[in-house]
Amino acid sequence: MNDSPAPDSTGATAGTPPDGSALESTTREGTAREGTAPTAARGLSRRGLFGLAGAGVAGLGLGIAGDRAALAVAASSAQTSAGAVYPFFQKHQAGIVTPAQDRLHFAAFDVTDGTSRADLIELLQDWTVAAAAMTAGQDVGDYGSVSGPYDAPPEDTGEALGLPPAGLTITFGFGPSLFQTAEGVDRFGLAARRPADLVDLPHFPGDMLEETRSGGDLCIQACADDPQVAVHAIRNLSRIAFGRAAIRWSQLGFGRTSSTSTSQVTPRNLFGFKDGTANIKAEEPAAATEHLWVGSSDGPAWLAGGSYLVARRIRMTIETWDRTSLREQETVIGRNKGEGAPLSGGTEFTEPDFELAGRADQPLIDTAAHVRLAHPTQNDGIRILRRGYNFVDGNDSLGRLDAGLFFISFQRSPESFTAVQLNLARHDALNEYIRHVGSALFAVPPGAAKGSYVGAPLFA
Amino acid sequence: MRARLLPLVAASAVGLLALTGCVANATDADSANAALTVDSSADACTVSAAEAPSGNLSFAVTNSGDQVTEFYLLAEDGLRIVGEVENIGPGLSRDLVVQLAPGNYLTTCKPGMVGDGIDKTAFTVTDSGDEVVDADLDAQVEVANTNYAAYVRDQVAQLLTGTQAFADAYLAGDDDTARALYAPTRAHWERVETVAESFGDLDPQLDLREADLEEGQDWTGWHAIEKDLWPAEAEAGFAAYTPEQRQNLADLLVTDTETLNDKVQDLDFTLSQQTNGAIGLLDEVATGKVTGEEEFWSHTDLWDFQANIDGAKVLYAGVRDILIEEDADLATELDTEFAALQELLDAQRVGEDFTLYTDLTPAEVKAFADQVNALGEPLNQLTATLVL
Repeated sequence: MNDSPAPDSTGATAGTPPDGSALESTTREGTAREGTAPTAARGLSRRGLFGLAGAGVAGLGLGIAGDRAALAVAASSAQTSAGAVYPFFQKHQAGIVTPAQDRLHFAAFDVTDGTSRADLIELLQDWTVAAAAMTAGQDVGDYGSVSGPYDAPPEDTGEALGLPPAGLTITFGFGPSLFQTAEGVDRFGLAARRPADLVDLPHFPGDMLEETRSGGDLCIQACADDPQVAVHAIRNLSRIAFGRAAIRWSQLGFGRTSSTSTSQVTPRNLFGFKDGTANIKAEEPAAATEHLWVGSSDGPAWLAGGSYLVARRIRMTIETWDRTSLREQETVIGRNKGEGAPLSGGTEFTEPDFELAGRADQPLIDTAAHVRLAHPTQNDGIRILRRGYNFVDGNDSLGRLDAGLFFISFQRSPESFTAVQLNLARHDALNEYIRHVGSALFAVPPGAAKGSYVGAPLFA
Repeated sequence: MRARLLPLVAASAVGLLALTGCVANATDADSANAALTVDSSADACTVSAAEAPSGNLSFAVTNSGDQVTEFYLLAEDGLRIVGEVENIGPGLSRDLVVQLAPGNYLTTCKPGMVGDGIDKTAFTVTDSGDEVVDADLDAQVEVANTNYAAYVRDQVAQLLTGTQAFADAYLAGDDDTARALYAPTRAHWERVETVAESFGDLDPQLDLREADLEEGQDWTGWHAIEKDLWPAEAEAGFAAYTPEQRQNLADLLVTDTETLNDKVQDLDFTLSQQTNGAIGLLDEVATGKVTGEEEFWSHTDLWDFQANIDGAKVLYAGVRDILIEEDADLATELDTEFAALQELLDAQRVGEDFTLYTDLTPAEVKAFADQVNALGEPLNQLTATLVL
């Protein structure tokens, strides 16, 4: 867990541009760049650039792609801070215990028919190269957005040009269907490597899941403090994937509803309540080891040091919530609205006292209150790391905002989520105001190693 | 139907007497809320002022002690409760907003919620010149309570009779009759749904939709039978129930309704339970019936919709006289919005029946949703207006 933000001081360095006179054949060697930017041993495969190169050169390696942070500093005097930079190649993938950024762009992908195992590996390699560049604040490709051959489509779409890295993290996951489709087909020879825990979540009471918003062979979670940077990441990775994988569903999130570091102020969800007070934080590495990272004896070796990502799109019926009395709102949640303190007393970070009784011997925190039902002491000590985002996606045909919480959690086993969610789905007073409309589960491999690609041990 | 798992919000045991704190027709735009603070500690109850002008007053009570505490505003006799805040956890703050007429009062706190209250201090409300309503409405509230309890008993009795007839038809294999009885019988349930939901298990046993089921849970009640009566609407491969399943479901339906009938014989409704009941019924419409989620196979959602509104109207009618004295404008608004909603429902009548939900046009559904919102906003002011 080495997510220490470090300002990126690298200027644009020149690699050695290939000879522009002929189309190069694909090789596996890239050109190592100077400077502190993360490098990969290979550049984008020729196929990865297929959509990118025109009549010109299919470049390789990380060449003279612009360093956006440097360009930003050069171009704009107003930009004084490059923002946080989280290196891509780490022991655990970034974007989990990383202090939660403000913006999300999440996409689930399905692998296209006809894609072979080798193609899939190549896709992951291409994605790794691109993700390493973007998280360092660099453009995708050798020439980036504006420096390539004039008759070729730009390799990078360009909307992040001039923007700092903005704390971008890109986190990859593998869905159950990647290993075996619902019909039992093993497309990529991976079925034997599927962790026993990696199966679709069960139906919970009250679920109203839409098939088109659920599932997926692969996922990418892009988080940043600048929405344009997060969007740019998914967009470019989607482009790179054309022909091999396509977006199944995606979700934008505009406000974090969690803190993953004690340095963060607790944000509010669209119910107006603070969300994420009692969360596994980056400053608790022991808790992370126990509850978050897959252990080496938990399952297949390729996933050790990884985690599981649960994504649930939770629609809030905010119109009825907004008409509800403050008393009921606080009773349902179990905390007061202003401070976020548990109704048993104290301040925001005081531990709730579920026994403390008020009038008529009724507990101050209702038996059906959300904070009680989700609490580790009421769930055999289960803890999960929540990292969700608010969303408002237009409105429905009844004039109601399509608003809610895009819930994301990371945990050592999906069983942790399932146990707590079952408790909530059965009893939570909050159920009156929410509907789960989308659901997906992904195995998140450990961090990629420099020179390798994300998920490589799965294919080894 | 998704159960409201919280018990209906209960007014305090002496809530009936708290009506003197109700919000009146304040027409004077200059009357500002006087804001006071109260510090409740282990041995003191310190109010920031001993005097305030009449009108809207707000007490921000902070518990600086380490026990659960309460704050009371009492009448001059030291007994009648004019306003109160209960269940304030250690370290927390909560606001009491009241409207007070000129006169002498007492403030006191009860750390640990026992005894008579400590540090009783005189509190004087001077005449600010603003008009304050001060009506003693106990008798009216008691009448409303008695009438509503009788209404609930009557509806559930009709539900029981209707359920027995429905179960007989279903078991006899007379599906046409069963289908014809389904929605009209359920109307009796839907009219008093918020009361039924307060009985915990009965609501899931009788009114659970398939989507609300947990894996491995037994599905009983109206909607389980609904699916069997409208199999054409069910998913491909749905198998009709066996005679044993029919018997089991029908028996349970009757037995559970008999249990409900027993439970409603001796009920009492405080004013806030009545107002919150009306609000709850409209919430049912807003979240389930206006979207067609409730009657997944029979599409008889409009029957339920009308029944929920019937129930809300009965509750509203019971407190309307009280409301007119407190806030005539709100009463006029509610009258208008209820009438507009009823007009939309009437337009969908087909003889004794209603248009099926699936036959409504998107524009008609939108009109319903808009009107539900138009009614919901003022209706949700009802509790705060009448019960402070």
